[in-house]
Order: sequence, then structure tokens, then C-alpha cells
Amino acid sequence: MSIQRFARAAMAGTVFAFVLAGCSSVDLDEQKPAPVVDAASSSPSTGAAPDSRAVAPVDAQSARSVEPFNDPASPLYKKSVYFDFDSFVVKSEFQPVIEAHGKYLASTKNRRVVIEGNTDERGGREYNLALGQKRAEAVKQRLMLLGATDSQIETVSLGKEKPRAMGSTEEAWAQNRRADIVYK
Amino acid sequence: MTENTIDRPSAARRTVCAALVSLPAVSLAQLRVEITGVGSQQFPIAIAPFVRDSQLPVEIESVVRADLARSGLFRIVEAGGAPIPLNATPAFADWKARGADALAIGSVTRLADGRFDIRYELYDTVQQARLDGASVVSPAGNLRLPAHQIADRIYEKLTGERGVFATRIAYVVQTSRTAWELHIADADGANPQAALRSREPIISPAWSPDGSRLAYVSFETGKPVVYVHTVATGARKAVANFRGSNSAPAWSPDGKTLAVTLTREGNSQVFLMNADGGNARRLTTSNGIDTEPSFSPDGQSIYFTSDRGGGPQVYRMPANGGAAQRVTFNGDYNISPRLSPDGKLLAYVGRRGGQFKVHVLDLASGQETPVTDTVRDESPSFAPNGRMLLYATEVNGRGILASASIDGRVRTRLSGPSGDIREPTWGPFIK
Repeated sequence: MSIQRFARAAMAGTVFAFVLAGCSSVDLDEQKPAPVVDAASSSPSTGAAPDSRAVAPVDAQSARSVEPFNDPASPLYKKSVYFDFDSFVVKSEFQPVIEAHGKYLASTKNRRVVIEGNTDERGGREYNLALGQKRAEAVKQRLMLLGATDSQIETVSLGKEKPRAMGSTEEAWAQNRRADIVYK
Repeated sequence: MTENTIDRPSAARRTVCAALVSLPAVSLAQLRVEITGVGSQQFPIAIAPFVRDSQLPVEIESVVRADLARSGLFRIVEAGGAPIPLNATPAFADWKARGADALAIGSVTRLADGRFDIRYELYDTVQQARLDGASVVSPAGNLRLPAHQIADRIYEKLTGERGVFATRIAYVVQTSRTAWELHIADADGANPQAALRSREPIISPAWSPDGSRLAYVSFETGKPVVYVHTVATGARKAVANFRGSNSAPAWSPDGKTLAVTLTREGNSQVFLMNADGGNARRLTTSNGIDTEPSFSPDGQSIYFTSDRGGGPQVYRMPANGGAAQRVTFNGDYNISPRLSPDGKLLAYVGRRGGQFKVHVLDLASGQETPVTDTVRDESPSFAPNGRMLLYATEVNGRGILASASIDGRVRTRLSGPSGDIREPTWGPFIK
């Protein structure tokens, strides 16, 4: 939606809300331009009452931040479980993370999560994909022991394809041997 | 260009630039080919400059020489600057004296419609006999293909085996932390074209047996999903997009069935499904990881990676299901199995002492041979004639492609000017 078109449409008396709706559908790469707003065919609403033009702003990010898993003070804020080399064992130090999310999911059955397994860079891509899957599955099994259900949890693997830490150091590898609990 | 370095056998490392010409329309960076090992016996051959009547976008003889040199089986003898007309009898004794046991000559003529008429002849300078000759009319803009086809004819006449210079390869380039491209290039790395660009990873491309489609794993939706992509049209379809992860596509030899790894029932297990999607049925049943399926060329068996015995090893099972037998026994980490076209050799990546190397196992004798001089190898793939293996590795912290002959003697490296290159797969012969 070009500024010129916006101005033209607004000046022609098009409903403001209609223009906004058009803006939201504009493809980012403009491969599919939104339909040109035709003043002549738009609905005759120029006489609408002033309140119908009110806009209540909502910030999607700040709305999401009120969710407990996005609150830094909540035990649900930590969503990563780290693993030893070539291991799928959820270490005891991550039991608080498991318990927080397991109990939350058990008590909030409409919540869905994806658990993403990751590995360090050593070894083959497909085999690492399977290793990451095993880590995600291990976390899922622990969450289900606490009452979360199978239908709430999808496990996927990113293998070694999306490292959080770059580089070929023990430190980077340890950061990347990880399963993340991602709320949907 | 570095053509004149090819016939220097003393050079420990000989570099042949794959980009013999830069086509303005192609913006992708050309791969660079470096030959790091040659065969124990090399056939000496001279490729004379082709007779031509105008400037050409591609110097045919340069492409032919580079192809033959890269195979490691030929030594290119300096041919001088004078073209040899096709209707004249070559001075065999002179060529023999220069050390060339064979001589190829040719011509390129621009036709009125803009196409090119390319002719070539191959002579045995010892027997003073004509071995081969061919004529092909080629559209303008693709003179590398007839050059590769001439190299294939020479290779086949002199070695008795089919050449692979006119085949194509596919591979993945990561150009930044958020940019991946699936490329298709000529077997020498020239003419790279992007079949797919994505802001998420792409792995495990696999050619359909007829070379028209690629199956691969794309993470574009945030998780691994298997797609089948028709190369010529760009049409693509998510054929395995089940709950969990979907990966490791492998084509059956008849092109009708895909073996894939799915996690919809828990850990990674091998399933079969129709190549156009649907009818997924589980093939393996272990408690651990079963992945990386690969059909034997006769379609009867599937080789795969499994950690059912502890560490990952290669197993074999009937393609219609049944008990699996362990195939690899050396070392504690053997992955990514691929069968040679004749079904006699198994290539895989084995970890030995912390080094990841492509190994070749003779299935009849049990003899295992490491075939590379690199230590972070991945994704071996046989050339369609079974002579070479293409694989990914890392040198100086960058992903590159490399090839090795099945005996490990002939080695080349293909690297781009930037970006990590990985996940190569060698395409089939095109009929």
C-alpha cells in the first residue's frame, strides 16, 4: 500500500478501518499487492458516528509477556534443558525446570508446547537430527510423568542445524546440546 | 585460467579453475576445483585446440581437458596452439614423440540460427587409428554440456567405463546464519543454479532415479519436513509432514517409493511411503534410532543407521521388512551408508580416533578402506559410474565439497569463494 494510494483512498472518503484492513494483508514482498481500494464501490459510511472510528491499541509482544512462561520472575521462565555429550539423560539440576513446566501443562490442558532438541556440531547431520529428537523425547517423557499429556507436546529436532553458540569449543558445544520448551 | 598447469605432472597440487567462463546471467559464485591426488597410472592424451570460426563463450577443449584431468586417470599432454583440421590426418609420430598415446581434435562452427555445430575425433597415436568421432548441434549458451559429452566419450573409449562429466550434482550452501540455498551444478561445479532459497536449514537432498526431482528436508516451517521438488518447474510438495520430525528421504530404484525417517511414533524410525506422499508404513521397530535409509541398487535391501547395539552402526534389512543384520563392525561410530551402483561396495562415514572419514567397505571380502585425506567428512555419495565418491568436509573451518576415487588415490576439492557448502549428492546418468 503506497502512501499515495493511502492518501487517495482516504481523501475519497473510504472508511478508515477498511484501509487498515487492507494494509494488514499486504504481502511484505509485494508479490500480491492488496486490492486497490475503489472509493466509488466502498460502502457509504462517511456519516458514521465518531466512536466507530476509535482504535484500541494492543501490543502483541507485551500481551504475550504477561504469560507466566514469559515472566522472568516465574519458574516457567527457564525453558532449556542441557545435556552431556552423547547423552539423553535429563540431569537432576534441571528437575526444577521439568517440574515447573510439567505441573503447568498438567494444570493448563489447553496449552501446547513444542520441544526442540539440539545437538553439538560433531557427527552427521541426519544422525544428529535423530539424537536431538531423542533429547526432546526424553524431556517429553519427564513432563508426562508430571501429568502433561501426549497431545499437548510435539517433539521435533533441529539437530546441529541451528546452533545457539557458534564455534568449535567445549563451551559452545555444551550450549548447543539442549532441548528447548517452546510455548505455542 | 590455469589450463597450462594441467600437463605439469611434477606439480604436487594442480589447480583447475572450473569457471572457464563467467556467464553474465549467472550470479552465483562458481566452485573452484583443486586436484590433490591422482591415479597410479595415468593415460597420456593430447586435446588439440578446436578449429573455430569466431569467438566462443566457452573454450570446448579447455572443459574437456579439465574433465579428464579431474578424473585422475589422464595426464594432459601439452598440445600447442595450432588447431588441427578434421579432414587432415594428424602427424601421429609427432604426437607419439610428445608422449601422447591418444589425440583428440575438433571444430566448432556457429550456424546461421545461432546454434553451434561441434565435431570431434579421437585417435590412437600408437596404432595410428581413429577410435571415435561425433557431431552434435548445441544451442548457444550451453557449450559446456557438449564439452562434457565429448569428455564422456573419450573417457569411455579409453577406460571402458561410462563417464560422468555430463551429470549434475546438488548440494546446500549456507551463506549466513539465516540463509540457505539448494544448488544444482554441473559435475565439475560449474553453472551453479539455486533451486531453493530459504531462511531456515535445508539438508539431505536426494535425486530421483531419473534425475528430474529432488527430495530433501527443509526446516522452513520451523521443523524438519520432507519435500519433493521438480527441478525443471520448481513445483514442490511436502510429502512427509507428520507430527514430530520428518527426514532422510531415499528413493527406491524405480522412483515410486521413498524411505523416510519419521518420529510420529516416538524416536526416529524408518518408514516407506509413496513418492508423491501418502501410504506411510513403518519398516523398522527398534527402541532407539533407526535412520538414514538407503536402497540397494536392486531394490531388495535397505541399509540404514541404527544405535540399537549402543553406538551408531550400519544395518541391512529386506526392503519389505524383516530382521536386520549388522554390516559395520570396525569402530564405534559408522553412519550415512550408501551403496555403489553395482551393489558391491558400501560407503559410509566412520569415526576413528576422533576423525570422521569416508570409508569404503567391500561387502564380499569385508575389507574396509578409508579413502579421504580429510577428517570431518559427511554425506558420501557415489558417482553414477561408481568410480568416485563425492562428500562434504571441512577445511580451515569452512564447509567444502571433495571427491575421492573408491581406492582413495584420486582426490579433488571443490570450494566456493564464500559460504559453507555441504550435503552433496551426485545425480544419475541422464538418458
